[in-house]
Amino acid sequence: MPPSPSHPSDDTQRLHVVVVGHVDHGKSTFVGRLLHDTDSLPDGKIEQVKAACAAERMDFEFAFLLDALLEEQEQNITIDTTRIFFRTRRRNYAIIDAPGHREFLKNMVTGAASASAALLLIDAQEGVMDQSRRHAVLLSMLGIRQIVVLVNKMDLVGHSEEAFRKVVAEYTAFLGSLGVEARLFIPIAARHGDNVVQRSAAMPWHKGPTVAEALDGLEHGEDLAALPLRLPVSDIYRFDHRRIIAGRVEAGVLRPSDELVFLPGGRRSAVKAFEDWPRVTRDHVPPGGSAGFSMEHQIFAERGQIAAHPDRQPRVGREFRARLFWLSKEPLLPDRPYRLRLGTQDVQAFVTRILSVTDADTLASGPAAAVPRDSVADLLIRTAAPVAFDLHHECAVTGRFVLEDAVRIAGGGIITEAREEAAKPAEGAVSRQERAARAGHGAAVVWLTGLSGSGKSTLAESVERRLFDSGKQVVRVDGDDLRAALSADLGFTPEARAESVRRAAAVAGLFADTGAIVLVTLIAPLAADRDRARKSLARHPYLEVFVDAPVEVCEGRDPKGLYAKARRGEIKEFTGISSPYERPEDPDVHIRTDQISLAESTDRVLSAIDEVVRLDKTAGSDWEV
Amino acid sequence: MTSPAPAAPATQVPPMDHLTRLEQTSIHIFREAFRNFRNVCMPWSMGKDSNVLIWLARKAFAGKVPFPLLHIDTTYEFPEMYEFREWARKEHGIDLLVRVNEDAIRRGVGYATHDPVTVTHELKTLALRAALDEFKWDALITGIRRDEDPTRAKERHFSPRSAEGAWDYKDQPPEFWGQFATRAPEGGHVRVQPLLEWTELDIWEYIRREAIPIPTLYFARDGKRFRSLGCHPITHPVPSEAATIDAVIAELRETRTSERAGRAQDHHERNAMQKLRAKGFM
Repeated sequence: MPPSPSHPSDDTQRLHVVVVGHVDHGKSTFVGRLLHDTDSLPDGKIEQVKAACAAERMDFEFAFLLDALLEEQEQNITIDTTRIFFRTRRRNYAIIDAPGHREFLKNMVTGAASASAALLLIDAQEGVMDQSRRHAVLLSMLGIRQIVVLVNKMDLVGHSEEAFRKVVAEYTAFLGSLGVEARLFIPIAARHGDNVVQRSAAMPWHKGPTVAEALDGLEHGEDLAALPLRLPVSDIYRFDHRRIIAGRVEAGVLRPSDELVFLPGGRRSAVKAFEDWPRVTRDHVPPGGSAGFSMEHQIFAERGQIAAHPDRQPRVGREFRARLFWLSKEPLLPDRPYRLRLGTQDVQAFVTRILSVTDADTLASGPAAAVPRDSVADLLIRTAAPVAFDLHHECAVTGRFVLEDAVRIAGGGIITEAREEAAKPAEGAVSRQERAARAGHGAAVVWLTGLSGSGKSTLAESVERRLFDSGKQVVRVDGDDLRAALSADLGFTPEARAESVRRAAAVAGLFADTGAIVLVTLIAPLAADRDRARKSLARHPYLEVFVDAPVEVCEGRDPKGLYAKARRGEIKEFTGISSPYERPEDPDVHIRTDQISLAESTDRVLSAIDEVVRLDKTAGSDWEV
Repeated sequence: MTSPAPAAPATQVPPMDHLTRLEQTSIHIFREAFRNFRNVCMPWSMGKDSNVLIWLARKAFAGKVPFPLLHIDTTYEFPEMYEFREWARKEHGIDLLVRVNEDAIRRGVGYATHDPVTVTHELKTLALRAALDEFKWDALITGIRRDEDPTRAKERHFSPRSAEGAWDYKDQPPEFWGQFATRAPEGGHVRVQPLLEWTELDIWEYIRREAIPIPTLYFARDGKRFRSLGCHPITHPVPSEAATIDAVIAELRETRTSERAGRAQDHHERNAMQKLRAKGFM
C-alpha cells in the first residue's frame, strides 16, 4: 500500500528491521521490491534504472534498484550496513541491510543489534543453508525475538504449498534447537511481488498476512519500562554550583525523589531534582531517556556505576559465565587482558576458561584453546575489579557486554550465569555482618589526601581520638610509617608512587576486613592512583577526604622541613614544588585547613564517617560481593 | 550474590515519541563523546543541522556547551550567515574559533577560477586539517545524517579517522549495544555523529517543536528558498513558497528530490562525495 502523508500513521516510532539470509536467497530483490511496492522510491529512480538496463541490454531486476539507490554498483563499496527508509500506512520503517560478503558478520551485528525484528529469507528451491542457520544463531544472541521467515522464489517451485511446508518444517525444527520460534512463515516471490505488499493470486492457499501486513503487526520489542531501573552513570557535571549526575535509563523508569543505590560501591541517596535545560518538563525518564539530576546528599558516585532502586539491585561480582561471539581477526585467547565494557563500566577482564566453541558453519560444539573469528563460545570471565550486572534473561540491557582488543570492539557477550568469587580476602569463618554486629558499626576506609603540610596527619589524629573515645575500632595507616617499613624499597618516581599507593590500599583493606575504620594519610598525588586504590577497596565503604590548603600555606607550615629541602634541590620530585598534585575532582569531604578550625574539620569528617558506618546503612548488598 | 527482588507491578509508561527518542539518543552520544575524549571540538556551519547540534549539546550539558565550536570560514558564506554567527555566539554563550585557509586565498583559490571540488577541498578540508594539527582534537562532533547522501548511509556514530584524516570505510569498527569506538587511533581522531539517524524532516520537525533559532535563508523569498546552505557561488535556491516552518515541513513531506540537489560540489563529477569524504570532508 502506498504511503500516504494525509493518513497520519498511528505509530510515531520508527521500527528497525534487519534483513538477513543466505547469499543469493534474494535479499536485494526483496528490498527493491518492497521499496517499489510501498511507493518509497525517489521520483524517476525506476525509470532511470530501467533505461540503464536497456542501454546495457540487460533485463531489469529489482535488485538493481537497491544497488542504484545506494550507488553501490558504480562505487563498488558494497561493504557495510546501510539503512533504507520506507513507510506503510501504519508507521515508518528503517530496513537495515547488510549485503553478504567477507565482513558480513561484523556489519550484520552492528545493524541487527539495533533492530526490533528480523526478516530472514530462505530460497524455496535451495532450502535451509549454512547462513540461514548462522544468522538465526546470531539473532537469538542479539536478543531479537521477532523473526519472520520469508520463503522466497516460490515461483521457481511452481508456487507449491508442499514445497513451502517442507522448508517450514525443516527450519522450525532448527530454530527449536536454539530455543527460538519464528513469528511467521510467508511464501513469497519477491521478483514478482507476490505476497510482498500485494497478495499473491498464484498462492491462494496462503491465508496468512503479506510481508507488509506482517511488518505492521510487529512490536517495538520488549517493554523495558517494566524491568528494574538500570541507569549506568555516564558522568558527573559541575559546570556551575550544581553537581549533576548524568546517565541514560537503560531499563525501568526514573522518577524525581527516587531513592537510588549506586553499584558497585553501594552509596545511597535520593534524587533531588531533574536538571533539564531549558526547563524541566518531565515527571519521569523512560527507558532510552537521558537523565541529568542532582542528589539530596553529596554521595560518591562515578562513571561506570549503575544506579538502581534499592529493592531491585543488580548483582555485583567479578566472575561470570557468558556466551560470546567473536568478530576480530585475532582469536580470543584465555589469560590475555581485554577491556570489558558493560553499560558505562570499563574494566580489565580475562577469559579464565573456554568451555566450548561453536563452529559457525556446522554449529558443532566442542572444547577449544581459542575462539576464532566469527564463532560463538561459552566461557568464564573474570574482571580485575567488581562489576555490576544482571543475567541476560533477567535484564538484557545490563546483561550483555563487549570485549575490546587493543582499541577496537572485538566481540559481544551475554551473561548466562553469575559465579561466586573463588576467594574472599580475610573473610574466613566470621562474616562481615558478624564483625559489624559485635563492633556496633561497619568498616570503612577513609583516605586523606593532600599536599605535605596540608594537615592530613593532624586531622587524622584528631579524628582517630574521637572515634576511639566513642568506642569505635579505628586504625591509622600513615604514609611515612609505610615508607619507613613496608615500602622502604620504594623511591619517588611515578611508578614507585603508584606502588606505594597500592600497598597502602592493600594494608588498609586488610584492616577494614577486620571490621575497623581505617584512616589512611598519604599524599597520593595522582588521581589515577587514588582511583585504583578506591576500586581495589570497593568491598568497603570508602571516603575520599581532600585536605586542602594553598601550597604557600603548606610551605609556611613545613612541619618536617621538607619544603625547605625541596627548594634547596635536596629532594627531587617533591609534590607541589617539582612534581604535580592532581586535586581530587569530586572528593566526598573537602576540608580547607587554612579556612576552618581543626575542631570543625574533625566534626565534618566524623559526620561523613558516621553516614557510612551506621549499621542500618551498611546492611546493604554491597557487602556481599 | 543478591538476586533482584520479584518484579514490581508493571508501571504504565508510554514509549517516547520518535523525535524524543532521537533527541535522547543524541544527548547520550554527546555525553559519551565529552567523557571519553580529552579534547573535543564541534565544527559549526551555522546551518540548520548545526544549530540542532548546539541545542542538543545544551540539553546534554545542563544549558552549557562545554567545548569549543569551530567555524571553517570559506569566505564565501552568505552575508546573512555572518550576522547569524555573531548573534548565535552570544545567544548560546559559545566559545567560537574561526579559521580560514589564508594560504589558499593568497594563492587565488576560488570559485571564479577553480572547480567546486578543488575549492571545497582547499577551503574546507585543508582548513579543518590545519585546525586539527593546531589544536590536536581527538574528537570532532559533526552533524552528518545518513539520509543526506548514500556514502553517509554507511557511517557509524563514532567513526575513527587516521592521522591523515582519512575514513577507512572498508574496515569500520563494529558498533552495537550502545558501545562506541571511544578510543582515537594513534595520531588520529574520532568523528562523533549524533544526528546520524535523523532525517531532514526530523530536523525540521524538531526545530519547530523546540523553536530552535536558524538562519532566515531557509525560508522562501520571491518564490525561492535554500534547502541546504554552503558557499554562495555554488549553492542554489530551490523553487518554493514555503515561508514558514510549517510550510517547509508540508513541502518536505511531498518532495522526492534530494536535499543536497542545490549543492554543486556533489554533482561536479561522479562519486564526488565519496572522494571528498575519504579525504576528510564532513
